[in-house]
Amino acid sequence: MSIRLFVSRDAGAVAVGADEVALALEQAAAKRGVAVEIVRTGSRGMYWLEPLVEVATPQGRIAFGPVTEADVPSLLDALASNTPHLLRLGATDEIPWLKRQTRLTFARCGVIDPRSLDDYRAHGGYKGLEHALSLGSDAILNEVTASGLRGRGGAGFPTGIKWKTVAQAKADRKFIVCNADEGDSGTFADRMIMEGDPFLVIEGMTIAGITVGATKGYIYIRSEYPHAVEAMNAAIAAAKRGGYLGDKIGGSTYGFDLEVRVGAGAYVCGEETSLLESLEGRRGLVRAKPPLPAHHGLFGKPTVINNVLSFAAIPFILAEGAKAYADFGMGRSRGTMPIQLAGNIRHGGLFETAFGVTLGELVDDVGGGTFTGRPVRAVQVGGPLGAYFPRALFDTPFDYEAFAARDGLIGHGGIVVFDDSVDMRRQARFAMEFCAIESCGKCTPCRIGSTRGVETIEKIINGERVSENLALVEDLCNTMKFGSLCALGGFTPYPVLSALKHFREDFVPAPTTLQAAE
Amino acid sequence: MTAVYEPRYEPWDETRGAEIIAEHAQQEGATLVILHALQEAFGYVPEAAVPMVAQALNLSRAEVHGVFTFYHDFRHKPAGRHVLKLCRAEACQAAGGDALAARAEAKLGVSLGGTTADDRVTLEPIYCLGLCATAPSAMLDGRLIGRLDQKRLDALVAEAQR
Repeated sequence: MSIRLFVSRDAGAVAVGADEVALALEQAAAKRGVAVEIVRTGSRGMYWLEPLVEVATPQGRIAFGPVTEADVPSLLDALASNTPHLLRLGATDEIPWLKRQTRLTFARCGVIDPRSLDDYRAHGGYKGLEHALSLGSDAILNEVTASGLRGRGGAGFPTGIKWKTVAQAKADRKFIVCNADEGDSGTFADRMIMEGDPFLVIEGMTIAGITVGATKGYIYIRSEYPHAVEAMNAAIAAAKRGGYLGDKIGGSTYGFDLEVRVGAGAYVCGEETSLLESLEGRRGLVRAKPPLPAHHGLFGKPTVINNVLSFAAIPFILAEGAKAYADFGMGRSRGTMPIQLAGNIRHGGLFETAFGVTLGELVDDVGGGTFTGRPVRAVQVGGPLGAYFPRALFDTPFDYEAFAARDGLIGHGGIVVFDDSVDMRRQARFAMEFCAIESCGKCTPCRIGSTRGVETIEKIINGERVSENLALVEDLCNTMKFGSLCALGGFTPYPVLSALKHFREDFVPAPTTLQAAE
Repeated sequence: MTAVYEPRYEPWDETRGAEIIAEHAQQEGATLVILHALQEAFGYVPEAAVPMVAQALNLSRAEVHGVFTFYHDFRHKPAGRHVLKLCRAEACQAAGGDALAARAEAKLGVSLGGTTADDRVTLEPIYCLGLCATAPSAMLDGRLIGRLDQKRLDALVAEAQR
């Protein structure tokens, strides 16, 4: 009898040796004359347990991890004799970290073979599209609007309204664009879903296409994600072969086609208008809005541009109904958010849960604190443009409005944990430096302000006229916040000002030091 | 399955360049697609290719040059034989990336962005590989490495120097 094993092909697992483990399993099994089938899945998102090896049993999958090549012989022994093993984690679905999640978008990630259309369909894939085809445009729009889904890229704009605007626009051509330029440090949910469940993104985009009357879509993936590019291209080819892309998708009268385009290392291209410029083959200069992309988007045509996670949420909403999705969440933040725990954290990974969980629960309870074992001092939420939160604000619930009320943002759902060795002056300086490196250069507050910001924070670090320069940085931040064309210059003040506000002691020399100098 | 990533590039050749450009020129918004394809073939975007791209796409040389210079990925000359990229973004900073970057610089005798005098190794910063839960991370010629520590970094540097 053949043993069925599952090893992730996710880039995060591969980076810690999943390919080597898969190969070692194959070779060791062959040597013993044991028949094994190794399915390369996406990741379950428990990165501290990668490389994770799962084995199919009549009672469900049993997990082992983190497995190294050296563990392979003993692992095969344990499987053959059904005896305990040090790395045995029990039934995968019963691992508390996974069990306490609400996986709507990531339900299949880590479970199925991302290259197999049949596996996708066997696990409920394309049910959303089937239902969408029976509903028609207006009814789909009602469902998406009623679900309360808001753009998961960071801005949180209601998806239903965006789609409706494009649906109502009159044009000879319309486009669907998927923003997979996931440049925020601490985020990897887009990468994971593209590598682990790429048909989900295709299905979501296809539904968008039939809803608004677009027949062509682009997925713009950053060049730093070669594995995701490969996975999406393979899935697109498989969907075409299976009749899910091209003319008459799923046997209907609708046509929809998809193409992957690769970015070239510009963070600002994650901003939607910059991304559109880049797709058109130009410098990624941000466009002034209005006109909105919904009216005047790619090649000047009405365009739905959404984040990967927004499209990935759509199939569930169409398959299970808007209410099933909207039943999760709090306030105006409905549904679930794939939260990414990163940086100096013990249990880092992808944690999908309903909105409303507090920051403290996520960092201390789910994440288990730092892997260095030192106290958590600061967490940056929402990428390089997100605010630094101190422990005092750990009661903040994960919700668009609650974070905004505390001068922060949830952005794309990334949480980067720092221990008490962090120097917040350096983090503030880095925020400005990153903005200076990545600014598209179109507007002055961002282009010049970021460089002046680096210089001024450096003066503070060097102890030059500290209080005057602090006031100057705050003033500069206000100029950038209100005067920049897009979120790069406009939100860079969040990490800077939050560092100044919540970690003031790092910027102002402690009085005791002054006394000691006497 | 440890693939050996030994990048091998063709020497610049005008006819081959023209072929690559023609292959992609019909796509809408083809500039980045073509620049990527050229760099994939030759290891960089040769200066001589810029006017050829411009002509094929009915753009000015300045426009193509503008696109080329806007994006961090495109090179105007070949990189070293191996390219070691270290993630320098926040998640990796939180996990000790600063010290590792300084160590790599010291070991190779170049700053981030530089190439060793023997042209063997180009050391570059990268802003996020999306491996933030197994930080710090690096990429050696397309191969990903997570949970980087001093020992792993030293091994990577040694491998790149070979």
